[in-house]
Amino acid sequence: MRAVAVVYALLGLFALCVPLLGIYPVFMMQVLCFAMFACAYNLLLGFGRMLSFGHAAFFGAAAYATGWLVTAHAWGPGAAILAGVAVAALLGLVVGALAIRRQGIYFAMITLALAQLVYFVCLEAPFTGGENGLQGVPRGRLLGLLPLKSDLVLYYLVLAVFVAVFLFIRRVVHSPFGQVLKAIRDNEPRAISLGYEINRYKLLAFVLSATLAGLAGSLKALVFGFVTLSDVQQSTSGEVVLMTLLGGTGTFFGPVVGAAVVTTLQQYLSDLVGGWVIAIIGAIFVGCVLSFRRGIVGELAALRLRRPRRPRP
Amino acid sequence: MTSVFGIPVAVILGQLMLGLVNGSFYAMLSLGLAVIFGLMGVVNFAHGAFYTLGAFAALLGLQLFGINYWVALIVAPLAVGVLGMLIERLLLRRVYGLDPLYGLLLTFGLALVCEGSLNQVFGATGQSYPVPPALEGGLNLGFMFLPLYRAWVIAVSIVVCFSTWYVIERTRLGATLRAAKENAPLLQSFGVNVPLLVAGTFGGGVALAALAGVLASPIVLVNSHMGSSLVVVVFAVVVIGGMGSILGAIVSGLVLGLVEGLTKVLYPEASDIVVFVIMALVLILRPAGLFGRD
Amino acid sequence: MKLRMLTLVTAAALAAAAGGRALAADEVVIGDIDDMSGVYADVMGAAGVEVVKWAVADFGGSVLGRKITVLSADHQNKPDIGASKFREWADQNGLNMLIGGSNTGVNIAMAKVAAVKHVPTFHIGPGGASLSNEDCTAYTVHYAYDTVALANGTATAIVNAGGKTWFYLTADYAFGTQLQAAASKVVEAHGGRNIGAVRVPLGAADFSSFLLQAQASGAQVLGLSNAGTDFSNSLKAANEFGITRTMKPAALLAFITDINSLGLATAHGLYLTTAWYWDLNPETRAFGKRFFARFNREPTMDQAGAYSATLSYLKAVKAVGSTDPDKVMAQLKKTPINDMFTTGGYIRADGAMIHDMYVMQVKTPQESKYPWDYYKVVKKMAGAEAFGPITGLCPLAPAPK
Repeated sequence: MRAVAVVYALLGLFALCVPLLGIYPVFMMQVLCFAMFACAYNLLLGFGRMLSFGHAAFFGAAAYATGWLVTAHAWGPGAAILAGVAVAALLGLVVGALAIRRQGIYFAMITLALAQLVYFVCLEAPFTGGENGLQGVPRGRLLGLLPLKSDLVLYYLVLAVFVAVFLFIRRVVHSPFGQVLKAIRDNEPRAISLGYEINRYKLLAFVLSATLAGLAGSLKALVFGFVTLSDVQQSTSGEVVLMTLLGGTGTFFGPVVGAAVVTTLQQYLSDLVGGWVIAIIGAIFVGCVLSFRRGIVGELAALRLRRPRRPRP
Repeated sequence: MTSVFGIPVAVILGQLMLGLVNGSFYAMLSLGLAVIFGLMGVVNFAHGAFYTLGAFAALLGLQLFGINYWVALIVAPLAVGVLGMLIERLLLRRVYGLDPLYGLLLTFGLALVCEGSLNQVFGATGQSYPVPPALEGGLNLGFMFLPLYRAWVIAVSIVVCFSTWYVIERTRLGATLRAAKENAPLLQSFGVNVPLLVAGTFGGGVALAALAGVLASPIVLVNSHMGSSLVVVVFAVVVIGGMGSILGAIVSGLVLGLVEGLTKVLYPEASDIVVFVIMALVLILRPAGLFGRD
Repeated sequence: MKLRMLTLVTAAALAAAAGGRALAADEVVIGDIDDMSGVYADVMGAAGVEVVKWAVADFGGSVLGRKITVLSADHQNKPDIGASKFREWADQNGLNMLIGGSNTGVNIAMAKVAAVKHVPTFHIGPGGASLSNEDCTAYTVHYAYDTVALANGTATAIVNAGGKTWFYLTADYAFGTQLQAAASKVVEAHGGRNIGAVRVPLGAADFSSFLLQAQASGAQVLGLSNAGTDFSNSLKAANEFGITRTMKPAALLAFITDINSLGLATAHGLYLTTAWYWDLNPETRAFGKRFFARFNREPTMDQAGAYSATLSYLKAVKAVGSTDPDKVMAQLKKTPINDMFTTGGYIRADGAMIHDMYVMQVKTPQESKYPWDYYKVVKKMAGAEAFGPITGLCPLAPAPK
């Protein structure tokens, strides 16, 4: 336990010192947003065993909502983010209510279909800018005080939100609600026989996951200053699955690692190998599924368990 | 000229005809998917990639070996089928015991590898494949001019689809295949080489996709993105038809092609998503699909 | 265990970050963000990056005693990737100049970044005329062609040849709609009529249903307001369905690579407008030969434009004696451009590079005497005629009273 605390402390220190280390803050913010997205997704996939194929819908819808409110209606960033999160929650409620009636591949296909509908709305709606997306989204001032235009200030804000989300997810998983969710995941018939209303639990998990994904999306809109159709596209949904799988489903830190690795690959690998990035990402996907199912963090945790414990003096 | 809702009948008929052509492709592709899912329980997200490979096989066959269209119709599906069997043997087999979602993810990754590689090697602009001389020209149907080649596609598709259905549902081979799904060890104990059968089923399913690819090459430019744009729609079609149902896949494919065609006349922008709307409705109201059994 | 992981992750991140940064101060950094793998990859693409490097080498490899570096990235036709890469290069790599490849939507996003980061940007690939109108910035140069010039060239030629009534097949994004609008204006100005249009999603697989609608309209001309694979696919389908027997296709944007992939048998007779063609004169042929030796195909106008734009920028930097963006932009806007790409070209206040445009007609297979002999010149349009007057939509260039 203590070793884990040390690791977290070191990571925290690293994260705080990022600007001093000369790492590009916008890149780190991108990693953090996707890490949040992946953690939110993991809540559903890792702890709830529900494979959603359309999670980008929540991420992107919140991003569009925030982006639009800030550009067209000059809302402040704080209020716009809250609005974006609300949109994602609402969407999550609707999609979840429809999707959880079925399981497995059918559940996945419903989320896919509904995500395509969201994509369609984002494409056709007059205020989203269609194929061009929303451009020039200003960052504004948080609560009228904190100027977010500075990459540094925004970075610390995003970091703070990320830590809050991470801790919140840990809290949820360790809570009674989380325990029931795990019970449902491990043995649904038994959970039913114990008298739990599993649909309610599943729906709540879905809405939570969607809401947090929306938070990631809203932040992303402000970080980059634009929202495009990629944010609601099938490929983004696929990416978050990869991040979670690669990092380790069912672990806490896995999705963060997965997000960091995939984002870094996309940024820097494409400089080296150009278009082969897609094929390489696909190969990693295949490799993960074949022999690396527990993901990076999962494998490391398993390795640790296998090492014989040092006897206490 | 007579009109329905203010749209000339000729236009509606023309779109329905085109819808039937699209539907033929949907039917063939969803048939392959349904065969693979129905007989193996695998959700093959790489189906679009095999379709693309079929088209490229025909194209390269022509460019490198001078293989003409008619030979390609046989050779390309065979080649892709063999590749499919290899993939099944080497990769898919390793995820059978696990949660079926892993099979899905595996094939999803394979599709990315295939498409990414084709994109890098051949570029994205796409290459032209000529319509075979025997099928050039067209038929004047009065309400539209239908290229002979498209009529051919409809004919081939219907023949192939219904033959496959017949083989699976009505012949001994089909019965054996269905038995392998229900109780493989028992079948094995009867002396049937089940692993070979399973590999062959996968190979057959993807060979159907490759055949669709060859049929499509004279219609669209052969490019690496051909499959990915289709595969999501085809999945929706299979779900609507009922994931294990062969007949369901064929009928849904054809019908949805027609529905799409109609949508293009009435509300063109929605033609891309009408299939998904229907799928969502079907899943909510009748989750086993229109022809599904469970 | 986790400590080891942490160290690895940190090390990787640091290495990646460190590797990404170039020595900013003593280099001149030119960037090229383009579609390297998608539907427009052959228009400029990886070959375009090579061409930029040739320009740098031909200029001497350095300017003002500073080495010139060329960076490139694939925007994958996504505005967010293009804009983020641009921003990152500006923040981390000391980017001095950017070349924008195909896709109007991506370039509009990048123009916004250019305005904030003060980096001169040469938009070579995109067609949307809004780049020198509503979306203009102080750092924009719209170099090779735009939707207004394309319409003025091709649409005029077709209307004058008898194509009075038009129906459009339009790619449903910024470029397609702007091109349709420009063409419609020209058609009406010359006494023609716009009967209707149908919007087609970018990258659609099958155009047959949209083409049937076009045919049902009874128009004389099929206006193809799209590019790349969309253009080739739609023309192919139009031929197949016998539509080209009753309607004349208008290739509002076509590159020589499209004509090559379609083949002269399908494409002959098409009118198209281009800024540059390899077979125009000895200078263009020399560049074409150099390109052909390396890539086994002739260059498009975008690739020639990339070469010229790089040289124009470097010449301006040398003349001004610094890479200060405002000074360089001022110099660019007052220097005429005379090189292999064009003669007598100049950059207008709104950023549009005004130069001659050529209306071409694609040759029949019989007329073509040697490989890539595809075009015959129908008309040469002077820059002012091609690009039209200043509209006043760009704040930098108010319309003359």
